[in-house]
Amino acid sequence: MKLRLMVNGESRETEVREGESLLYVLRERLGLFGSKNACEQGECGSCSVYLDGELVCACLVLAGQAEGSEVVTVEGLSEGERLHPVQEAFLEAGAVQCGFCTPGLIVAAHDLLSRNSEPTEAEVREALAGNLCRCTGYEKILTAVQMAAETTP
Amino acid sequence: MRPYKYVRAQDVDGAVATLAEAPNAAFLAGGTNLVDLMKLEVMTPDMLVDVRRLTSDRVEGLDDGGLRIGAAVPNSVLAADHKIRSRYPALSQALLAGASGQLRNLATTGGNLLQHTRCVYWQDVTTPCNKREPGSGCSAIEGHNKNHAILGASEHCVATHPSDMAVAMAALDAFINVQGPEGERRIPIEELHRLPGDEPQRDTTLQHGELITSVDLPPVEFFSNSKYRKVRERASYAFALVSVAAALDIEDGIVGDVRIALGGVAHKPWRATKAEEALRGEPASEANFRAAADIELEDAQPLRDNAFKVPLARNVITRTLLDLSEEGR
Amino acid sequence: MSTTTRTTGGAIGASLDRIDGPRKVTGTAPYAYEHRVDNPLYLFPLRSEIVRGQVTGIDASAAEALPGVVVVVTHENAPQLADTGDRELAILQSGEVAFRNQYVGAVLAETFEAARHAAGLVEVSYAEEPHEAELREDGDLYTPEQLNAGFPTDTEEGDVEEAFSSAAVTLDGRYTTPMEHNNPMEPHTTVAVWKAGDLTLYESTQGAHPVQRTVAKIFGIDRNRARVVAPYVGGGFGSKGLPHANTILAALAAQMVEGRPVKFAVTRQQMFTGVGYRTPTIQKIRLGADSEGRLTAVTHDVIEQTSKIKEFAEQTAAVTRSMYATDNRRTTHRLAALDVPVPSWMRAPGEAPGMFALESAMDEMAEKCGLDPIEFRIRNEPEIDAETGLPYSSRNLVACLREGAERFGWRDRTPAPRSHQEGRWLVGNGVASATYPVFRLPGSRATIRYEGDDKYAVEFGAADVGTGAWTALTQISADAIGVGVDNIELRIGDTAFPFASVAGGSSGITAWGSAIFEAARVFRERHGDNPSEGDEVQARTPNNPETENYAMHAFGAFFVEARVDVDTCEVRVPRMTGVFAAGKIINAKTARSQFMGGMTMGLSMALHEESLVDGRFGHVINQDFAEYHIPTNADIGEMDISWIDEDDPYVNPMGSKGIGEIGIVGSAAAVANAVYNATGIRVRDLPITPDKLIQ
Repeated sequence: MKLRLMVNGESRETEVREGESLLYVLRERLGLFGSKNACEQGECGSCSVYLDGELVCACLVLAGQAEGSEVVTVEGLSEGERLHPVQEAFLEAGAVQCGFCTPGLIVAAHDLLSRNSEPTEAEVREALAGNLCRCTGYEKILTAVQMAAETTP
Repeated sequence: MRPYKYVRAQDVDGAVATLAEAPNAAFLAGGTNLVDLMKLEVMTPDMLVDVRRLTSDRVEGLDDGGLRIGAAVPNSVLAADHKIRSRYPALSQALLAGASGQLRNLATTGGNLLQHTRCVYWQDVTTPCNKREPGSGCSAIEGHNKNHAILGASEHCVATHPSDMAVAMAALDAFINVQGPEGERRIPIEELHRLPGDEPQRDTTLQHGELITSVDLPPVEFFSNSKYRKVRERASYAFALVSVAAALDIEDGIVGDVRIALGGVAHKPWRATKAEEALRGEPASEANFRAAADIELEDAQPLRDNAFKVPLARNVITRTLLDLSEEGR
Repeated sequence: MSTTTRTTGGAIGASLDRIDGPRKVTGTAPYAYEHRVDNPLYLFPLRSEIVRGQVTGIDASAAEALPGVVVVVTHENAPQLADTGDRELAILQSGEVAFRNQYVGAVLAETFEAARHAAGLVEVSYAEEPHEAELREDGDLYTPEQLNAGFPTDTEEGDVEEAFSSAAVTLDGRYTTPMEHNNPMEPHTTVAVWKAGDLTLYESTQGAHPVQRTVAKIFGIDRNRARVVAPYVGGGFGSKGLPHANTILAALAAQMVEGRPVKFAVTRQQMFTGVGYRTPTIQKIRLGADSEGRLTAVTHDVIEQTSKIKEFAEQTAAVTRSMYATDNRRTTHRLAALDVPVPSWMRAPGEAPGMFALESAMDEMAEKCGLDPIEFRIRNEPEIDAETGLPYSSRNLVACLREGAERFGWRDRTPAPRSHQEGRWLVGNGVASATYPVFRLPGSRATIRYEGDDKYAVEFGAADVGTGAWTALTQISADAIGVGVDNIELRIGDTAFPFASVAGGSSGITAWGSAIFEAARVFRERHGDNPSEGDEVQARTPNNPETENYAMHAFGAFFVEARVDVDTCEVRVPRMTGVFAAGKIINAKTARSQFMGGMTMGLSMALHEESLVDGRFGHVINQDFAEYHIPTNADIGEMDISWIDEDDPYVNPMGSKGIGEIGIVGSAAAVANAVYNATGIRVRDLPITPDKLIQ
């Protein structure tokens, strides 16, 4: 079947097979590999994207459910070469290691800061609890979000 | 994933009618549980009727002073609703204790009530499970059963209900409004979920084609003195070992009324009616709370790995009531 | 001609931002699955539903009839492998099943969902044989010839029994650690394509060249006809250190569809079989001490498991051979060969489980001796390495313990168990030591080429699994060549470049960095300070003669505050301090992350991780991230990481020791020791979950 989506501000159309998730469509049909597939069960947050403005796990959204929706992925946060302040902060704080959880975390942190511009440490830790990271120990992710909170307008 | 037909119904009537004629069809709301189970082929519906946008997605006042929660209200919205937070804090706390922000945004009120167990054997199609394949046997009874039931289980199934929200709703005397092929009905939450008995494949008393359209919370004043406490192995994003939702009404140190429901201990949110009964009219004291918990847990039948849930449930009931008696004064 | 002024160094030690960072934060770094390939096919594996026996029949007709399905690969139609000596990797060569969930076939289809759907339609029948898939102390055990990394199986010095009988204080402890799975965030992934006899693998691996060598041998092709590409790898922690059957399955299946790339990322659930794991261990430790608290006897006897099809013998007690001073010591390892997947490397194999037991026992013994656990360790500090009889190139464990005690505020600890409560929290503090050997893997070669315009290319096949190698190696190259980091163009993660050893055993920087320094030296020797464009040299990691003269290990110390809810026995760790003595730190920013990540994994080992095998079915049943817990952001508190300035002239030209693993070695024991101090309950069986504490 045909699926129409707005992805990162662009209108996209693609064939999909039933059972394909929004994550699969983004990655394999549209070539947007930024959102990662690390569990495909909603248990790690690596595929976090905005779906009609809400932060979701793209792996649990069936493609058909997303018909006509607006999707924003990590690729849609930077403007050309210019990184979003959240991305800048992740770099500067050293919050990136293997990088596989990073895109999902950046979208989740972006969402957090859009709702709460000055989150406390506890709020950051709980808000990002749905994004598992196996490398960093999270400390620098916390630092990055706090840095981004200061620089995000 | 098995192929299925994806249908977007126009309205509730249409969705119910469509499902009624398709014996292997399922409603799809947030999908956070169903889509996962379809990937694992634990569930193999041949048709999905998308109901996410059909029912109300609002929290509204009722004439009797209670609240009506549309089945499509996302968990995150419900948790943040100021009426819920002030009048039914246990519900808001329970929602926030569940899953992650991403999942709470997708998951709906109706869907959360119908979550399936997290029993690892039920989720693994290569192991026997009476719930998934009646008559095949229960792998958990003789297997790893730390997360399984201590109350109300049967020789056929020892699975637990995983929802946090439903436990709070059980304590808060919620009613579930349902529309089905036979029309509408209103079910006390106590009667929505069922114990496994010899039909563990049935999680609820809903008939095929019945759709949850909303949940009503009654206007009970002391529900504003309610609390949800979830015990889990990590600080967030984990299912409950044991959870307690409680509401307490105290006057002059005496328990006027009380509601207690337990999560993680049974095939359904476990309303602790024996403990409630034991407490009404008694002094609100740690000893009484503990004694009431013990009465409720007298019937517990622990399995190889979950005897710890008995003292754990007793401690959490006691502590939660103590917290409420301190806060409620 | 170059006119660059050679700098005098300074890149090593700088807190450089990650070179790979911008690509990672924008989602544009290509991991294995994400290389753009034309017209791919998707693989979904078929896995055995028995533990042991034979496949007796396969009916793939329903699967093959599905639209989009290209082929169902089974042992009945799979190409023959040239080398079947490694039974973990020699898949689909017969109908034999050696463990549950072993690959018995695969579906290739035009889309992933078509492949997954079809896989569920293949009917496989089996003849089942009895099996044993659970480690039991009373099962059949054998003595392996040697252990992982070449360590001897058993050691004995002095007369331990005599020493125990005359010891003033003795301890007899039994400790267990469960099976654990590495679970890097990026699942094991291969994209395989054959073209005219050449195999290309886009691979999620810790070692492109080791994979190249393995697949060349197994498929019987020249090494230079197999190319492995791995520029970005989403973690490994050891499981991607050696190729596993998933890689072979993808390459084997791709042989049947010559020219078409085959994409195979194992699912998270499939990550719990066949890509390596940490063996469960049963460890018995006996300690004897004199009245002054000096150890007179130490024994460490280990039981662990391996697979019947291939031996992996973890060196769990090896660490006990050198950690503390004693004249009488015995260590042993016994294995149970089971019908299970092959255990493998998981972050600090040997040291991590071994030091949980040893450092728990040291804590118990300190109490028995009436000594502060730091003082007890200091009293048993050895002068030389007992294992080799050599002096240490540097050993600063005591400095780490003292520095850590200061930073953590150890003096405020109340030594009596269960003596400190704040609100509903029982509060306790614990300490443990850390250590990790300096491994030096041979054979890496680095190319340095002057590319004009002040740019030097530095090339070798090493993989950055998230450690920061991209960045640290650029810094090392800059100092080795004597230019700025901006003058370095590092190219790694591809067998098109010279051989690089595996990113394992915390050996990468030592092995590769030494090769870079050697290449730079030769480059200057041959081409001077003003090379011409195209001048290049290649050099190999030289032998380090000092390894004959010195024992080389990194050390560290952990301090943990644990809080245990008095009602629920939930354990939370609000703060951890780690102090390390690991030679020269190449990049403070990435190093801090490595230490912290290791400590977090130690915390995870202490409180969360446990793969539960159901012996009846033979597989791990808590096979996803909802049931197999690793910490979330909310589980982590304050992490205080620091290091001792250590000038070790013997280890390598950088003066650096590996840092990837030491953070997990001993940190679980520090947590357990803190929980004991908080509650008075000694949990000797990991993980420490509420059910083990509630009373």
